[in-house]
Amino acid sequence: MRPQSKLALLIVLILTVGAAVLGERVVSREASPGRVTVVYWEKWTGQEGQEMRKVVDAFNRSQDRIFVKYLSISGVDQKTILASGGGNPPDVAGIWQEQVFQFADLGALTDLSPMAKAAGLTRETYIPAYYDALSEGDTLWALPSTPASIGLHVRPDLVPAEFASPETFPETIEELDALSDRISKQNADGSLVMAGFLPSNPGWWHWGWGPLFGADLFEGGKPTLNGPETVRAFEWIAGYSKKFGPQAVQNFQSGFGNFASPQDPFMTGKVATELNGVWKAIYIRVYQPELEWFAVPMPYPKDRPDLKGHSLLSQDVLVIPRGAKRVKEAFEFIAFVQRQDVMEGLCSAHGKNSPLNEVTEAFFENHPNKAIRLFDQLARSPNAIYPSRSGFFPRVSGELANAFQEVNTGLKTPKQALDDAQARIDGLWKTYREQVARS
Amino acid sequence: MNSRHEARIGILFALPWILGFVLLLAYPLVFSLVTSFTNFSVLREPKWIGLSNYQELMSDGVFLTALQNTLLYTLGAVPLGTVLAIALAMLLNAKVKGMAVYRALLFLPTLVPMVAQATLFLWVFNGDYGLLNAALRGIGFSPPNWLGDPAWAKWTLILIAAWGCGQAMLIYLAGLQDVPANLYEAADLDGAKPWHKTRHITLPMISPVILFNVIMAIIGSIQVFAVPQVMFPGGAPARSTYMFAMYLYDNAFLYQRMGYASAMGWVMFLIILALTLAALRLSERHVHYETQ
Repeated sequence: MRPQSKLALLIVLILTVGAAVLGERVVSREASPGRVTVVYWEKWTGQEGQEMRKVVDAFNRSQDRIFVKYLSISGVDQKTILASGGGNPPDVAGIWQEQVFQFADLGALTDLSPMAKAAGLTRETYIPAYYDALSEGDTLWALPSTPASIGLHVRPDLVPAEFASPETFPETIEELDALSDRISKQNADGSLVMAGFLPSNPGWWHWGWGPLFGADLFEGGKPTLNGPETVRAFEWIAGYSKKFGPQAVQNFQSGFGNFASPQDPFMTGKVATELNGVWKAIYIRVYQPELEWFAVPMPYPKDRPDLKGHSLLSQDVLVIPRGAKRVKEAFEFIAFVQRQDVMEGLCSAHGKNSPLNEVTEAFFENHPNKAIRLFDQLARSPNAIYPSRSGFFPRVSGELANAFQEVNTGLKTPKQALDDAQARIDGLWKTYREQVARS
Repeated sequence: MNSRHEARIGILFALPWILGFVLLLAYPLVFSLVTSFTNFSVLREPKWIGLSNYQELMSDGVFLTALQNTLLYTLGAVPLGTVLAIALAMLLNAKVKGMAVYRALLFLPTLVPMVAQATLFLWVFNGDYGLLNAALRGIGFSPPNWLGDPAWAKWTLILIAAWGCGQAMLIYLAGLQDVPANLYEAADLDGAKPWHKTRHITLPMISPVILFNVIMAIIGSIQVFAVPQVMFPGGAPARSTYMFAMYLYDNAFLYQRMGYASAMGWVMFLIILALTLAALRLSERHVHYETQ
C-alpha cells in the first residue's frame, strides 16, 4: 500500500472511531451523571413555558435519582408521533386534551392507570369531568397539567346598568340576543362599531355550539353533526350574521387585534361580551389592568333550563408515549405535577383553575383571576362539556369549524352546511373505523 | 492506470451522490409509492388496501375543493407572475444610471422568508387597517375584505404570489441580455416601433427562458403551502384557500393517514407531469431556439 493510501485509510479510521465515540455523547439522552434522565417535550413557550420550567426545576431539586430534561418544542403533537414511529419518543409529552383519544387510537400512548392507582391518583382526586375526559373504562391515557373552563366575559361599562353585574346579567340565550340587539352599534352604511355579542369571536370552539344547545356530537357512538340541537345552534349563529350582515361582520372582525395584545376586541370595547377561557384575566391584567369586567356562565336556551351552568372544558395534558424508555421515572414526574401545592402554583401562574377536587382557600384568594371561583364551579358543573372521547374528534371539530364559516359568511344555510358536513363525515367515519379505530 | 481502476476511482468519487440519491430520494420515493397502497398510520403496521386510497380521493369532496383551489391559484398566479417578471426584467434591462441598485431592490423581496412574508401580508391585506385598503379608500374605492371574504381570499394569495417574482425576473434579465443587439439594430433600420421589437424579437428570443420559468412556476404553484398555511389556517374562510399541499399535510400529520397522503403526493406528481408535458407540447410551436 502506498503511503498516501495508508494516510487516507488512517484518517477514515480516526473519523469513524471519533464519530462512534463522540457521536454517542452528542445524541445521548443522559443529561446529568448518576441520574436517570427523563426527556420531557412541552408545547409552551414564553411565560407559560417558564412557569413549567420552574416546576421541572423543583422536581429536579426534590430528589437525586431522576433528572427531567425539559424541551420547549413547536408542533409537539406531530413530532411526538413521528419520534414514536422512529422508536425514540420523549418520556413525557405535553399535548392537548382533544388529541388524547386520537393518539390512543394510533397506539401512541401508555396506559397510566396502574401507576396512577399505585400513586393514589384516582377519579376522586380530580374534578370528575377533567378525569373522565382522559379515561375510558379502566384505562387512563393522560393526566392534566393545566385545565380550563370557559365562560362569558362581560364589560359592565358597555351594557345597561341593570345588566352590569353577574347577578343581573341575562341567563338565557334569548335574553342575551335581546341585550346584544339593544347595545350593538352600526353606522349608517352598515359597518359595525360595537357588537353586543359575536359567535365568531374568538372563534376557538366551533365544535361546542351544538353541545351548548344540548347536542351530543357522538349520538349512539356515531358522529352526528346535523342533529336538531346543532342545527338550532347554527341557526342562532346565522341569526347574528344576518342581523349585522355577513360582510359587515367580516370587515369588523378583520380589524380585531390579537387576543394577547392591547388591540384585543374585548379590551378595546369592540365587543361588549366574549366567550373565553379562564386565562383571559391574565391578558387583561397585562394589557389593560384597569379594565372593569366580570364573567358569567354562557347563557342557555330558554326552553332548555336543564343546561343552566354549562361550560366548555379544555385541558393541557401530560402523556407517556408508547415506547418511552423511562416510563416509571416519567410517571414519577407526572405525579409530582399532580401534587396539590405544585398544581395550584402552576395553574395560578397560568391563570387557570385547578383540576384537583380539593382546592385550598389560598389558591382562590391569591389567584390572578378575580372570578376564579366561578370558573372552578363551571368545571364542577354536571353540565360541563368536554371534547368527545373519540380519536375521530379532530375531524368532527374541523368539519364543524368549516360549517361555521360557511354559515357565518352566508355561503350556506345552517341545514345545508351541516348536512354537507355530515355527508363528508359519514365517508370519513367509515374509513376511520376500518383503518384506524381500535377494535 | 487501467480502465477498471479508473472506473473504480470514478465510482468512488460519485459514491457520496449515489448514496445520497438512493437513501434520501429513491428510497423515500419507492416507499411513498408502496405506502400509497396501504393504510399506514405511522405507529401501526401498514395494511395493503390496493387502490382504495386513490378511489377515496376521487369521491373526497374536500380533496376536490383543494384541487380546484390549487388549479385556480395556478391559473392566476402563473400568468400574473410571468407577465410581471418579464415586464420588470425589461425595465431592468434599460441602460439607466444606478441600475444595480434597482436590480437589488427588486430582487430583495425574494429573500424574505415565507413565514415573515405571510405575516407581513396579513397586515397589508387587513380589511380594516391594511395598507392596501387604506390606499384604495384614498382613491375612492370601496375595498373588499381580502382575508375574510371567501370570494376574495384566493385573489389575495394570487396577488401575494406576484411578490416573489424576483427569482424569475433575474432569469429573464439574463435571457434578455443574451438577445443579440444586431437584431434590434436591423429592426431600427426597418423602422420598427418598440412594441414591434418586443413582439417580434425580444419575446421569441427569450421564449426558451419563458418556457423554463413557466414550468417552474407551475410546479411551485401546485405545491404552494407555506403562505396559505400561515395566512389562512385550515383553508379559512370556508376552505376557499385550502390548497392541495395543505390537505396533504393535514392528512399526513394531523390525521396520521400517511397512506392517503402518499396517494395524494403521487396524484400531485401526475398532475405536475401532465401540466409540464402540456406546456412542452404547446411550446413546440411557440418556443424559438437559436439552433433551429
